[in-house]
Parts: sequence; structure tokens; C-alpha cells
Amino acid sequence: MSLQNLNIDKSRFKAVVIGGSAGSFQVVTKILAEINPGFDLPIFMALHRLKHVRNGFVEALMLKSKLNIVEPDDKESIKRGIVYLAPSNYHMSVELGYKIALSTEEMINNSRPAIDVTFDSASYVYKNKTLGIMLTGANKDGAWGMKRLKDRGGFAIVQEPSECTIDTMPTAAIKATQVDMILHTSDIIKVLNSLV
Amino acid sequence: MIEDIEIGELRTLCQVIQEKYKYDFNNYAISSFKRRVIRFLELFKVPNMTVLIEKIKTDPAFFKTFMNELTVNVTEMFRDPSLWRDIRDKVLPNLFSTQETIKIWHAGCSSGEEVYSMCILLKENGWLDNVKIWATDIDENILAKAKAPKYNMKNMFEVNEKNYIRYGGTGKLSDYYKEEHGVAHMDTSLVSNVTYRTHDLVKSGIFNKFDLILCRNVMIYFNQQLQNEVFKLFHESLFNYSYFIIGSKETLIWSEIAGKFITINQEEKIFKKVKE
Repeated sequence: MSLQNLNIDKSRFKAVVIGGSAGSFQVVTKILAEINPGFDLPIFMALHRLKHVRNGFVEALMLKSKLNIVEPDDKESIKRGIVYLAPSNYHMSVELGYKIALSTEEMINNSRPAIDVTFDSASYVYKNKTLGIMLTGANKDGAWGMKRLKDRGGFAIVQEPSECTIDTMPTAAIKATQVDMILHTSDIIKVLNSLV
Repeated sequence: MIEDIEIGELRTLCQVIQEKYKYDFNNYAISSFKRRVIRFLELFKVPNMTVLIEKIKTDPAFFKTFMNELTVNVTEMFRDPSLWRDIRDKVLPNLFSTQETIKIWHAGCSSGEEVYSMCILLKENGWLDNVKIWATDIDENILAKAKAPKYNMKNMFEVNEKNYIRYGGTGKLSDYYKEEHGVAHMDTSLVSNVTYRTHDLVKSGIFNKFDLILCRNVMIYFNQQLQNEVFKLFHESLFNYSYFIIGSKETLIWSEIAGKFITINQEEKIFKKVKE
């Protein structure tokens, strides 16, 4: 799949969801550092993280980020151009009416936040206008969510497994559904910036 | 794999439950409510929403099981250890500086971990006999479990004990339970001052006045409209200059009663009622 053939209608998307495990921190940092500051869709991020460390993650990501990052409160209204990071020990959903909903439901694949929950709920609300991106990660969380997203007509991008520190997550997503693109980080950034 | 549930089907379900059983789920948050329903369909091998609705209409025992699975009963002892330090070092000393006994309400107590956390804290600080606690939940099955808890040891070690150590208790968590066959039987003498009762935040209303109310990670399952109503109930149920504690990611800033509270600790979500 080559980027030259990339022909995505800019107005096609309303929201971006990104999933990864703790190891995706550097990839996420790079994406947020190189994203066009004018990027005006909401971005929902579910990244696996230590449950007892509530602080520091946003601050670390903010150091280089071009976009504002928040760990939202429950029922916070969703705004464009903001990155919503799932808080530690909560699942993060998109609620009808464009609000964030948090929950303490059971862990999924030993994870809370679970990528499945964020991908599933976001694509339920944004339907085929959802862009899902699966990054490096060490378990199969997110594969089911990516399938849901695809079933609802969303667009699925997976990080090139050979580039991943641990490729379980992207490989599981590729197995679970027909993803649209398998890309290196630099090309994922190009895709995002082509939407501005 | 269950296909997607439509909003219309969820509305019908809520309507049937309301008519037949007088529980009102109409203002629950859609995203989690839908997930709970799908989880139930899969767990109990119910093929679709039509079958579910029909069974709920005709079978009260089945509905009881449904209620039990619908509510989220995932909790921890000493969840957010830094909050529990604040309760120990600031909230309770402040209350005890002007009164001898205090009344606490754990709203939505689920399987009781938080009540036990509170009682352990109280005991370690010599306050246990000066406190009366009410612990309530909508689900009577879970209340029965909360009264004489048997927590699994894996959770005890991996979650509760770690939280207790981070909180900085004066003893060991194992001082408060007996292990039998991989299960921790909590020492029920800790909760002799606790009254457990069913209470539905949506409709049961005020039943007492309190010096401290904890309702953490319960209202996240409600929509904003319902949250607002429940906040009013809590405001009414608190004495003036009493404390209100919610989940670390919950907020009352957009509710009608926001102006009647001051923030004591924004990070830990500790508020104080300052206006009737």
C-alpha cells in the first residue's frame, strides 16, 4: 500500500481513535510532535498504562505535543483539536451527544483502559467517519474494537508490525479485520496531516 | 457475537423495566448501559433483544439476575490511596475537632470494599466507636455479599494489599481477614456500626443527614441530567459544613448545586457543603 495512492477525502472523518500499549509512548510522542497544530478533529487515545500512577503521563506527552492533551472528566463535552487520553484505571467511551463517558467496568484482556471500549464506542457514535489507528502493543486488546470500527464503515490504519517493538496488537488487528492501511509511523503522520 | 443494539431497543427495554419493576434506567449513560446489556446477552446466551425483553416481562427471577449483572460491581479497597490519606489526615480530624460522633453514607457501596477500607482506617485511628455508617446499593444481591464479604485472594494481594500499603496503614491488611481456600473472609466485627440497606439513587430520596458522603464512580453510569438530580439529593442529605467525596474523574461543576460547595481538594475530589 503506497501513500501516493492515498486519496482520502478531508471531510470524510469526524474523529480519530488511537490505541497502543505502554510501549507506544514514543510513537505517540512522535505523532503529537509532528502533527499539524491546525489539526481540528478530536483524538481519543486509549493507551495501556500503570493503574496506580494517576499523574505524569499527560505532562510527559505535552512536552512536545502540538495539540492540547487532557485526561477528561466524566461527561466532559468533546471539542475539536483536543487529544483525550483515557485516565488510568478507567475505560473511556464516547457517549451519544458528543460527551466523554468513563467507567470502572471489568478489565478487558487485563486492561483498563481497554482499547476495545474506546474504539467500539467511538465508532458507534461517529460511524463511518471514524479513523482508527492501532500502534505497537503487547496484547490483543483493540483487535475486536478495530473490527467493530470496520463493520461500521470506519477507516482502519495499523502500524507496520516490523516497525513495532512488540507487534502482537497490530498483528491481532490485521487478523481480526480487513484493515485499510499498514503504515510506518512517518506515514501515519502524513495521513493525519493530509486531513488538515 | 451479538450484533449491534439499536437505541430504540434499549429504550423499549427501559420502558418495560420501568412499567413492570419500577426501576428507571432511562437516564443511565448509553455507552456503558449498552455494554452491560450486550455483556448480559452473551453471558446468558440470550440470542437477541426481543427475547431479552420478553423474558424480562414474564420472569421476575430472570430480571433479578439481569439487575445483578447490569450494575457494575468492580471496586477496590483503598482505591486512590492518596484520597484515603486525606480522609485520615484532614477530613475526619476536621469533623472530630467539633463533634464527638459522625455519620457517614457510602452511596452505591457495591461489594463493600470501600466500607471495609473506611472501617479499617477508623479502627487504626481509634475512631471506630465514634462513627455510624450507612452503606447502600440498588442491588440487594450485592448488599448481601457486602455484609459478609469473601474477597478472592488474588485480588487481595494484587490490588487491595498494594493500595493499603500505598495508603500507609499502621498494620497489615491480613490483620483484618482470615484466608480459607483462596478466599479472604473479612473480619465482620469491623462493620458492627454499619447499616446496610437497599437504596435507589434515582427514586429513593433522602433518608438521613450525614457529615460525610462518599459516592465514587457510581454517577459515571448516569447521564448529566440524572447526575444533576442525584447531586441535589446528596446536597440535601448533608449537614452544612460537611464533606462530599466523588470519584477522581467525576465533577460537579456543571450541576445546579455547584455553587453550594467549595473545593477542598480538586485532585482527590473532596468538597465541602457551605450553603443550604
